[in-house]
Amino acid sequence: MANLLEIRNLTTQFNTEEGIVRAVNGITYSLGAGETLGIVGESGSGKSVSMLSVMRLIPEPPGKIVAGEVIFNDRDLLKISELEMQQVRGAEIAMVFQDPMTSLNPVLKVGFQIMEALERHQGLNKEQARTRAAELLSMVGIPNAEDRLDDYPHQFSGGMRQRAMIAIALSCNPVLLIADEPTTALDVTIQAQITDLVKQLQEALGMAVIWITHDLGVVARLAQRVLVMYAGYVIEDARVETLYTTPRHPYTLGLLGSLPRLNSARGSKLFSIPGQPPDLAHLPAGCPFAPRCSYVTQRCLDENPVLETIARDHHVACWEKDATKGVWTYVQSA
Amino acid sequence: MSNQPDRSVLLQVNDLKKYFPITRGVFRRHVGDVKAVDGVSFDIYQGETLGLVGESGCGKSTTGRTILQVYPPTAGQVLLGGKDLATLGHEEMRQMRRRMQLIFQDPYASLNPRMTVGSIVGEALDIFGLARGAERRDRVEELLYLVGLNPYFISRYPHEFSGGQRQRVGIARALAINPDFIVCDEPIAALDVSIQAQVVNLLEELQERLGLTYLFIAHDLSMVRHISDRIAVMYLGKIVELTDRDSLYHNPLHPYTKALLSAVPVPDPLFEARRERIVLQGDVPSPANPPQGCNFNTRCPLAEPRCYEAEPAFEQVSVGHWVACHLVNRGG
Repeated sequence: MANLLEIRNLTTQFNTEEGIVRAVNGITYSLGAGETLGIVGESGSGKSVSMLSVMRLIPEPPGKIVAGEVIFNDRDLLKISELEMQQVRGAEIAMVFQDPMTSLNPVLKVGFQIMEALERHQGLNKEQARTRAAELLSMVGIPNAEDRLDDYPHQFSGGMRQRAMIAIALSCNPVLLIADEPTTALDVTIQAQITDLVKQLQEALGMAVIWITHDLGVVARLAQRVLVMYAGYVIEDARVETLYTTPRHPYTLGLLGSLPRLNSARGSKLFSIPGQPPDLAHLPAGCPFAPRCSYVTQRCLDENPVLETIARDHHVACWEKDATKGVWTYVQSA
Repeated sequence: MSNQPDRSVLLQVNDLKKYFPITRGVFRRHVGDVKAVDGVSFDIYQGETLGLVGESGCGKSTTGRTILQVYPPTAGQVLLGGKDLATLGHEEMRQMRRRMQLIFQDPYASLNPRMTVGSIVGEALDIFGLARGAERRDRVEELLYLVGLNPYFISRYPHEFSGGQRQRVGIARALAINPDFIVCDEPIAALDVSIQAQVVNLLEELQERLGLTYLFIAHDLSMVRHISDRIAVMYLGKIVELTDRDSLYHNPLHPYTKALLSAVPVPDPLFEARRERIVLQGDVPSPANPPQGCNFNTRCPLAEPRCYEAEPAFEQVSVGHWVACHLVNRGG
């Protein structure tokens, strides 16, 4: 698979009163055309900031992309001009945000907001854009699409607004869709509607998808490959089946272990990771997960491990990766 | 509902209703009601956890708050230890509140930022005059220790704590006056995955040690299943199904429960690839104008003509398994 997107050593920091917040710390990965990549992590793990960096939407100041390359279709997006970047944003890479309540403009009609992108990037006139906007709305499953174009966002429910956001994102046939927790604010039955919709559209349109979430269940449903992020680092990168059957980073093990399992008995204890994520303004010298890790050694406190390949399509950043071999199989059978 | 005669009922809820009036114009003319809770009945046994699940706007939080008389009920009864809360006078009700407490969803909004942890946790002790001076301080420190916080934190402010720690402060506050019954209103929804497990484990430990009874309100079905003995599923102000945790997951009867369970993402890619899901169409109707007949009929994949005419009764179909659905109730 040819690589559509290659991210190398991407590093983003924010200057704040408390010092430099190191949000993304040299992450490297690639994405093939048509591939679905899940990025999992807790709040503050750098998953959203890394994507905003790719889109060059980091407010500067206080933020700054201090190093790295983002190669998209043979161009480094961090080196092109803002004007060229505007041609990429929306047209080639589109983004859907978490909160459907605030990411649509409340004083503009939904139809207008979809037509805006079509007129800008596709050079359609008003009438063509309106026809296409109605097509897009009905494609994402909104009934009476033609009439609903004249509604304002408040007349749409949460699920419908997220559908409208997806319609805007897909309006210019992007080759890459970045979905930043698009279902987090929605109920499970609506979440199922949206994940199914994105899956169908992806199959029909052949675009690549990066799906950012903290929900390991949603990733299992959608992704082919998963990156696990912690404190601005990618700590594990694997095919989805590999990650859920043989996770090797202690943090991934902890995350999977802290989910209640369907066959667990009442009163059984959930596995929990002690402590809290580190303060990004004061990251420890060694591995950022070391203070919470049960496999910690002196080396972990001194040196930060880099991502190493341990099997085909499976990369882990952990000094004690040999110690975690087979642990998950043991946990599941216990 | 006494199919478990060996266990005593702590809380009884009979046909509880909570309507919020919709008014219009300068004279605030009453034009309709938001039927947030529309006839809910269940019992909670001593020492058990009853899970209450449903989507946003289904009335689960309002149910919890109406039980605690935070909102005065529109109709129906709530009996705690056999006493009808609505008939109690002001002082009696005040004393009754010592037995029931609430843990809130948002650990950021539910703690006063200008109060120290010590005064937040100790406030209820002051109100009921339970402890003062050194005794009060000892009790607060004991409570902080109980929820896994360092007693040394007593004079810190909420902003110095992380979300998980704040939720522990909220739990310590609820426990301060030794309640029997605690309504946990989505206590883990605002927390990160690795922290959720910490808080759930803490709630379970405390239940075991202190013999607490929980009403655990949540929308996360997998966590509810983990913590609950029995589970009630709510939809648009009504309970559609109520049974023990295993029956609900292995033998769900109401079409809404089935759809809800099948929509929950499972952290297993092989299972997700194989599974057949029931994806419901459309959105939840407005509780200000619920549909005629069964209120699930607008989204139900199995709806029949009778579902549009009459409202199904909430009936016991097998021991301890209650369902409100025409297709199930009469052997349908």
